[in-house]
Amino acid sequence: MNVLSDAWTYLTTSANWSGDQGMLHLLLQQLLLTATALAIALLVGLPIALWLGHLGRGGFLAINVSNIGRAIPTFALLAIFVTADFPGTGEFGPYGRAGLATLFALALFALPPLITNAYVAVLEVPAEIKQAADGMGMTGFQKFWRVELPLALPLIMSGARLALVQVWATATIAALVAGPGLGRVITDGFFRTNYGKGIAGAIVVGLVALMLELLAAGGQRLATPAGIGGSSSKRDPKGEPGMSAAPPTVAASAGAAGTQ
Amino acid sequence: MPGSPIGNLHAVTLLAVGGASALSSADGPTCYSRLTNDWICAQYVKDFRPELQQATIEHLQITALAVLLGVLIAFPMALVARRYARLESSILGIATGIYTIPSLALLPLMVPFTGLSKTTVVIALALYALTILVRAILEGLRGVPDEVVEAARGLGYGPTRLLFRVELPLALPVIMAGLRVATVSTVALTTIGSLVAYGGLGNLIKDGVNSNFRAELFTASLLCVVIAVLLDVVIVLTQRAMTPWARGVRA
Repeated sequence: MNVLSDAWTYLTTSANWSGDQGMLHLLLQQLLLTATALAIALLVGLPIALWLGHLGRGGFLAINVSNIGRAIPTFALLAIFVTADFPGTGEFGPYGRAGLATLFALALFALPPLITNAYVAVLEVPAEIKQAADGMGMTGFQKFWRVELPLALPLIMSGARLALVQVWATATIAALVAGPGLGRVITDGFFRTNYGKGIAGAIVVGLVALMLELLAAGGQRLATPAGIGGSSSKRDPKGEPGMSAAPPTVAASAGAAGTQ
Repeated sequence: MPGSPIGNLHAVTLLAVGGASALSSADGPTCYSRLTNDWICAQYVKDFRPELQQATIEHLQITALAVLLGVLIAFPMALVARRYARLESSILGIATGIYTIPSLALLPLMVPFTGLSKTTVVIALALYALTILVRAILEGLRGVPDEVVEAARGLGYGPTRLLFRVELPLALPVIMAGLRVATVSTVALTTIGSLVAYGGLGNLIKDGVNSNFRAELFTASLLCVVIAVLLDVVIVLTQRAMTPWARGVRA
């Protein structure tokens, strides 16, 4: 395929990677954007979701925020932010043009999977374990910090992992409003019918997405407390209810939000 | 005719700036003129009705085709994954892999093969819908109680009849839940099709950004959300109609 060899040539030409509009700069820009957006979403969304899960209230809100979030196109959100007076299209430090608008749109986009997963994770910690903690005389905070949070952590991490990959993938959309990131390589190559360049950009974005996914999967494994993982389930393959402290896995369907 | 209102609009705006208060109130500066540029503007909806209608219809077409194609591919994939346990992890792995490809990257990847066409957008969106649907169908079929399957076999049901008469109806709630997620995300994703000029309402959003036309941008965005919610309701109602046995239990 001719286009593919064009893409290869583009990828292997070092001039395309260096400079202010080079792919390396754009790649770092997008990584910074993704990390910041995810950090904002974590700071805003996690405390609320964990607290609601601890109280066992507000489930309607926590679940529906995910459904509503799915229905709002990120592109539309981004377009509205860019066109609005605030945050507008101005330069925003290392984030580049339209950086602030992109940052807001991405942070909002990351919220639904985080909130839903974190809420369900804490809520679904088995009632017997919560009761046992109460019976041991733990205070509400102790129960949350030493019992619920460790058990909920794998599922919270899987929400964060989902959000990370989705935010990275979605960050490319910023290019549609002349924003920062690698999406610009794709749209640029595309609009100038230089398909090799467009495909080169797409390959880089896809590869980094895969790397982030693997990295996050590793992080998730590290966050799983000892004793929850496979060893205990091997001991009683039938899984006596109430005896094993297996983390809840129900939220798989709830976490399936859309990539955009 | 989307062209003529714009021409009028500029004339009207110029007159209004010149202090021509003699202008009849009906022809006053519209809320979507360059000077006011309101987000919400009923006059815009009125004047650009044909354009909005056309974009909405295109949006619905692309969404429907993509979800339909997604179901058509996902169904056999789920059946194969269920039949051959060895293939299951690789099929689910492929589904997850597709999901991590950014939509903005997938479209350019396909253009050299399918061109700047509606087909490109439909196939790309179908791939995304597929990843949700395969999981849902597999999960739904897996949730069918073994006793029911055994009872049906005992009654002499062959594999095909068992699937269509017993297993699928019982798996329907889970499958429909997946279909809802897939449809709503597809409606939102269709806007990205504006990259290849087939994005339905996304085209209007893109145009709205490029020309700083807030009413167009906001109306199109709102319509996207409305379509998503409406389709969601339609699927829920269809599901209720298709599973009459579930209604009595819940009531």
